[in-house]
Amino acid sequence: MKRRKLLHAIAVHALLLLSVAVVAAPVVFAFIFSTQTPAEIFRYPPKFTLGSALFENYRVVWNQYHLGLYLKNSLFISVAVTVGKTIVSFLAALALVYFRFPLKSWVFTFILLTLMMPTEIMIVALFELVTDLGWVNSYAALIVPFLASATGTFLFRQQFLQIPESLVDAARIDGAGPLRFAWSILLPMSMNVVAAMAVIQFVYMWNQYLWPLVVIREGERQVIQVGLRMLTSGQDATNWGLVMAGAIVALLPALLVFLLLQEQFSRGFALAEEK
Amino acid sequence: MDTETHAAYKSRFLPWLLLLPTFVILLVFLYYPTLETFRLSLYRVAFLGLRKVYVGLENYREIFTNPEYLRIFWNTALYSFLVVFFSMAVGLFLSVLANQKVRGWRFYRLLLIWPYALSPAVAGVIFLFLFNPQAGIVNYFLDVLFGLRPDWLTQPALAISVLVAAAVWKNVGYNVVFYLAALQNLPGDVLEAALIDGATPWQRFWKVTFPLLSPMTFFLFVMNTIYAFFDTFPFVDLLTKGGPNGATNILIYNIYRDGFEFFKTGLAAAQSVVLFVGVVLLTLLQFRLGERRVHYGG
Repeated sequence: MKRRKLLHAIAVHALLLLSVAVVAAPVVFAFIFSTQTPAEIFRYPPKFTLGSALFENYRVVWNQYHLGLYLKNSLFISVAVTVGKTIVSFLAALALVYFRFPLKSWVFTFILLTLMMPTEIMIVALFELVTDLGWVNSYAALIVPFLASATGTFLFRQQFLQIPESLVDAARIDGAGPLRFAWSILLPMSMNVVAAMAVIQFVYMWNQYLWPLVVIREGERQVIQVGLRMLTSGQDATNWGLVMAGAIVALLPALLVFLLLQEQFSRGFALAEEK
Repeated sequence: MDTETHAAYKSRFLPWLLLLPTFVILLVFLYYPTLETFRLSLYRVAFLGLRKVYVGLENYREIFTNPEYLRIFWNTALYSFLVVFFSMAVGLFLSVLANQKVRGWRFYRLLLIWPYALSPAVAGVIFLFLFNPQAGIVNYFLDVLFGLRPDWLTQPALAISVLVAAAVWKNVGYNVVFYLAALQNLPGDVLEAALIDGATPWQRFWKVTFPLLSPMTFFLFVMNTIYAFFDTFPFVDLLTKGGPNGATNILIYNIYRDGFEFFKTGLAAAQSVVLFVGVVLLTLLQFRLGERRVHYGG
């Protein structure tokens, strides 16, 4: 019996290690080949160790292919949307939970229904709207449409409802107005939701591809994901070392945010599911 | 939960003021473009995009009768099914594995879910390289093991397989997060009862665990389908451009092409409406099943 248990544990670990390796393999190979020259990459058999173009490849994609600039742009819009959406959702949830006002259930339904409207579905009409606003090629087109969300509002609403109501009663009796209550009690008590929102929204914006592809027509303001596309379709024969270096540059920031806040990431998902 | 118990404040204007940013953004950038998509689907662009002509349901007739468009619907259904099925099956398998009360399951979980933080575009270019017929290492390994060097992206079945592999690899982590959480929250007494009854592990899983997971399975089905509908655009755009010969042209990609490469705005809008109806049905399903969840009491 003990022997069988041991064998079982060994088998489980072996399978898990194998799965972990398979999951990691594409990125590990991407990194290895991101350090190689075209000659090294086309060698047979392939070279499975670091090549001689590590600094060269990353320098070229950063400068010549402007990934440094695109990275900055992506960082800017991701941070702007994350901060903006957190504030906008927080305020909306504050109104929904701590105020009595008429038509509340209608307001709630109004917000709820937007869950069924992903940007991709209205991309043609949204593009015409943004063109009419004169926002083509601007950061505004990448930021403003994403500043409100049903998911964010629900995350905060859910959190607020779990905070004992006695707190708000006490605050009111002490003469604290709603904004003061929100700032000095509600916000500090909702930091876990703020963190969860931050990771989910940052990664979501960082990974945007279709909308920037459509709405940003010049290089200056392009985001990193579309910059990758230019790398693959750009020049004569594809220099895979450069493309892989680009992929590594593009994946690092989101992966870093994820690893630093991965507990919040999972918890944020769990919260989002409750909505 | 009674949601009104917290509503301690009363003010005529303040709640509306707090809701104003949300209202404005949702109205202008979600509601209006959605309605506008419906309107555009009834028009056709003429004279090189200078004029819109009302054509009634003509765009819908076209997409539901033209074999080229019917093929796109079929591609979308097939591709979505494959992506959803394999993402969920592999996700469930890995979750069950990580839930075997082994040491270091948190560590394993992290190492299984991290590709979820990568973008489809990053996954797309990496798979484009891995499956490159000459330089890609997939063909190197296939050559060494079986003497095969398939030209992945020029044969329909192979091209679809590469797209599915890339999409599944990127998304499996999401399913592991949820399935693992669900497995860890299963009622222990039911599982123990099955154990005492002498059920084999296989029976225990399919007769007890899997049914208990069904609310989560429904939820993930909806989320994975939405992923397959929309977030897979970069895979198609980077790997196949809808080829070979239209075999991997799916709705979201064709909406982009009709809308922004061929300037057939009306047709793109009509296809968007079809996709929208799909999402509405899925969301309704999710709400219905969301109620069932409560019933299961998980």
